[in-house]
Amino acid sequence: MAEYQNIFTRVQAVAPAYAGVALARGERERAGPPLHLHLLGRLGDAQIGPIYLGWFGLASLFCGFICIEIIGLNMLASVNWDPIEFVRQLPWLALEPPPAHYGLQMPPLNEGGWWRIAGFFLTASVLLWWVRMYRRARALGMGTHIPWAFAAAIWLMLVLGFIRPVLMGSFGEAVPFGIFPHLDWTAAFSIRYGNLFYNPFHMLSIAFLYGATLLFAMHGATILAVSRFGGEREIEQIIDRGTASERAALFWRWTMGFNGTMESVHRWAWWFAVLCPLVGGIGILLTGTVVDNWYLWAVKHHVAPVYPPVFAPVIDPATLQGVRP
Amino acid sequence: MISAGSLQRAVGRHRSRARLGATCLAFAAVLLAGCERPPVESVQRGYRGLGMEQVYNPRTLAAQAGINTPPPDSPPAPPGGPPSSAVFKNVQVLGDLGVGEFTRLMVSITSWVSPAQGCTYCHVPGEDFSADTLYTKVVARRMLQMNRHLNNEWKSHVADTGVTCFTCHRGNPVPPHLWSAQPPHQQASALLGNDAGQNRAAAAVNLSSLPYDPFTPFLSGSNEIRVVGGTALPSGNRNSIKHTEFTYGLMMHMSQALGVNCTYCHNSRSFADWDSSTPQRGIAWYGIRMVRDLNANYVDPLAATLPPERRGPLGDTPKVNCTTCHQGAYKPLYGAPTLKNHPALLGPAAAVIPAAASQKP
Repeated sequence: MAEYQNIFTRVQAVAPAYAGVALARGERERAGPPLHLHLLGRLGDAQIGPIYLGWFGLASLFCGFICIEIIGLNMLASVNWDPIEFVRQLPWLALEPPPAHYGLQMPPLNEGGWWRIAGFFLTASVLLWWVRMYRRARALGMGTHIPWAFAAAIWLMLVLGFIRPVLMGSFGEAVPFGIFPHLDWTAAFSIRYGNLFYNPFHMLSIAFLYGATLLFAMHGATILAVSRFGGEREIEQIIDRGTASERAALFWRWTMGFNGTMESVHRWAWWFAVLCPLVGGIGILLTGTVVDNWYLWAVKHHVAPVYPPVFAPVIDPATLQGVRP
Repeated sequence: MISAGSLQRAVGRHRSRARLGATCLAFAAVLLAGCERPPVESVQRGYRGLGMEQVYNPRTLAAQAGINTPPPDSPPAPPGGPPSSAVFKNVQVLGDLGVGEFTRLMVSITSWVSPAQGCTYCHVPGEDFSADTLYTKVVARRMLQMNRHLNNEWKSHVADTGVTCFTCHRGNPVPPHLWSAQPPHQQASALLGNDAGQNRAAAAVNLSSLPYDPFTPFLSGSNEIRVVGGTALPSGNRNSIKHTEFTYGLMMHMSQALGVNCTYCHNSRSFADWDSSTPQRGIAWYGIRMVRDLNANYVDPLAATLPPERRGPLGDTPKVNCTTCHQGAYKPLYGAPTLKNHPALLGPAAAVIPAAASQKP
């Protein structure tokens, strides 16, 4: 007998494809006959399409393609067009931003020029996709929470790759395009500016990051736990609180003395998720522009504690007289 | 009674469970492939709770112990006898030694540097020992001067433990860990694909994508290593992140060379701060200066003496870095006092420009 499971459900209702709500007059309809994929149905909705890409979507994909192409061909050229080395070393390869001495000038193509062009097309692609998201949300008569959450991530990306480098007067401050190289950049960035962990906005960003995952886990678990009472029909439970909502609320009141509501928990989660890149971006923006050494800043403001010494005092040899340089 | 159908179902369920288990195992194996198998031991080195710890893998240490065993040795020859300069000709560095100690040192050098090749690695059989026919003998003289120089002038790094030929050579005519300048990576196209001196799985920086040659700027040249500013607010420190990556690369090399974590020298909450660093950071500071001195004044001038096959791809002498002596140990040979039995290597240092071998090989 078929059984109902919460995560990977084995039951798939086979029904005529759903075309979606009717659009306002003058809007283009979505194109293509929908199809059903059983495997997709195990994870989410089995229906694919109809699809609406639109001019903004097309332009975004086009710009994204150019960006990936520039990055990929530079990586491939850096291993002398050897496809085997390309696959082998892919995590290490990168397209580097220009050296610091070019400042904000346009460098030669092979010294960061490609990086500037790829960055332009990546930014264009992401912004066009944002416009598409916003317009699709409006077209469906929805709120615009999703595009604004996406905008928070775009803010962090633009701070890292454009706004902060411009304020610092050098695109050499920006992040390389590459898997390990961007991680090495992150570590070097923290070291250069005296340990990013002492940056209070970085602290806030981490709190919101972990907070968002915690909230997501709590909320997801709660809804799955009461789905046998219809808890996954959250909107109905918001309007007309049923036994699923009552039990979920009672559970949290019992275990932690307080509960969010069917509606407010989504605001909690949205703000935690959005604040993570928002405050993170502020922290990056202040680094190097306003604060040069976060550790010393934290010492100055009594954030970094002083620990008892374990070793005999260590003196910087460079400050001693008569020492070989 | 069990029906055939239910038995089949039970077997099927069992099979699918076994398949799921195998998949999970394979997934875990892939996830953990890059990890070291426990046990890993950690040793606290700073104030409690700060992560000032050294992490050791007993298996790695056991594998290294063999490399870092000092050679069998004997006490110095009793003093007395005529000085070697009175007995042998062309003794430029060790002339003040007694003949007994001089001969003992020659035997020791043979066992440290060319145990397989013997005396003939530097001396042509049948020819007078004084002849500078082979380049190897000229290089050996230069190395003896270097050895005396660093045991005398760089006590800030080598203390009284000192070094002997064995510290680097370990029974090999050419020390196993040297580096030389590399030509820039061949680029197929001048228009794109510039790797900016980094972004390869480079052994020099422990397979990270950091700059793959941190030696030329810092150990051959004397570029500034420090990048972190000394004030909380900006006050003119314009060191770039790319510069930081080079410094980071050098530190990865030092960590690998000594088999230690960052926290052997630094408190990672502030890499720049000397007040919270360990005394080892000061010793390492002198070590970097020592390596620069040796490369510039003793190693590089040998380029004209060496035959082409002994030089690097750009024609330079293979040079010294931290691994050359340390070879994975926090102190070379775990701090065995090898110099104690060879006071000859502590003798006065005199700068001599290396002569070319009289016969080019």
